[in-house]
Amino acid sequence: MITNQTANCPECDATLNIPADAMQNELIACADCGAELEIISLDPIELDLAPEVEEDWGE
Amino acid sequence: MMRVGLLVTHIRAEEKALIAAFEAAGVQPDVILDRDVNIDLNAGAGQIAPSGYAWSDYGLIVERCVSTSRGLYLLAVFATWGIPTVNDYQTAAVCADKVRTTLALAEQGIAQPQTRLAFTPDSAIEAIEAVGYPAVLKPATGSWGRLLARVNDRESAEAIIEHRQTLGDYNHHTYYVQAYVAKPQRDIRAFVVGDQTVCAIYRHAEHWITNTARGGSASNCAVTPELDAICRSAARAVGGGVLAVDLLETPAGDLLVNEINHTMEFRNSSAPTGVDIAQVAVAYMLEQMRVIA
Repeated sequence: MITNQTANCPECDATLNIPADAMQNELIACADCGAELEIISLDPIELDLAPEVEEDWGE
Repeated sequence: MMRVGLLVTHIRAEEKALIAAFEAAGVQPDVILDRDVNIDLNAGAGQIAPSGYAWSDYGLIVERCVSTSRGLYLLAVFATWGIPTVNDYQTAAVCADKVRTTLALAEQGIAQPQTRLAFTPDSAIEAIEAVGYPAVLKPATGSWGRLLARVNDRESAEAIIEHRQTLGDYNHHTYYVQAYVAKPQRDIRAFVVGDQTVCAIYRHAEHWITNTARGGSASNCAVTPELDAICRSAARAVGGGVLAVDLLETPAGDLLVNEINHTMEFRNSSAPTGVDIAQVAVAYMLEQMRVIA
């Protein structure tokens, strides 16, 4: 768990507040550009664009 | 102590809620990413999982892959190795395929839309016209309301079929055709855990596709004895587990089972229903592990 960290969106470079209860491999959205991002590392915080939705994704 | 694995493509709100529910129950699940899996299919469950533990150390693996194909293949592996999973491979395989779901429901006489299966453009037109316009064309596998087509007339049918034949792979040359149900701008999603309908929501939308993944909104739906009965029957028909049963209401007020989801999304459903779906699901999962052990 981490607390109140920030990171930059890899798509638009906006500053994102990372939730205190964020988890590794969690998906979050950039509030500025709407890009779906994945937290690939918590310490240090590292974000990457989430994988594109594939045809077999779903419930 | 047997371990619990949570098999995921990535962590979404649902997986986060499940992890919290496991932790509240005193269990720390190992998160296993499907992208990290590299299994020797000729070797057994003694090989090491991405978590660093042997697969055979797992008393339960909860399959929550957003990738249906990855989830199904891995459930098949675990079933072969005798590792308990929720849901199990048989249930997931039936739910992931609309044709097999329809057959399973039909076998138990459970009310559902009129549905036909065809494989060529000509027979697909015949199937569509047998159920009548408007009809609904769906991919046999797929989710989130993707590539659903409401077919209002012969010209639309011919155009959609030509597009599917030309642009789609072989999966899109299987024509799963349903009669359109004139539902009241909403459908019902009920959550069935084991043999209990734990809660249900209405999914409201102006559009005929009401999936919350497509922007539909959720409100509480009372679990009436009628809804409870059809949902539990439907869940049993596909093998049971932790399932979301989607239903349509006919103009006459009858309930029809539309589809059943085996890696259900519920982030929008606990708040309107007041039911902690993750907690209920985890209690069932841990009970399954105890029963099997």
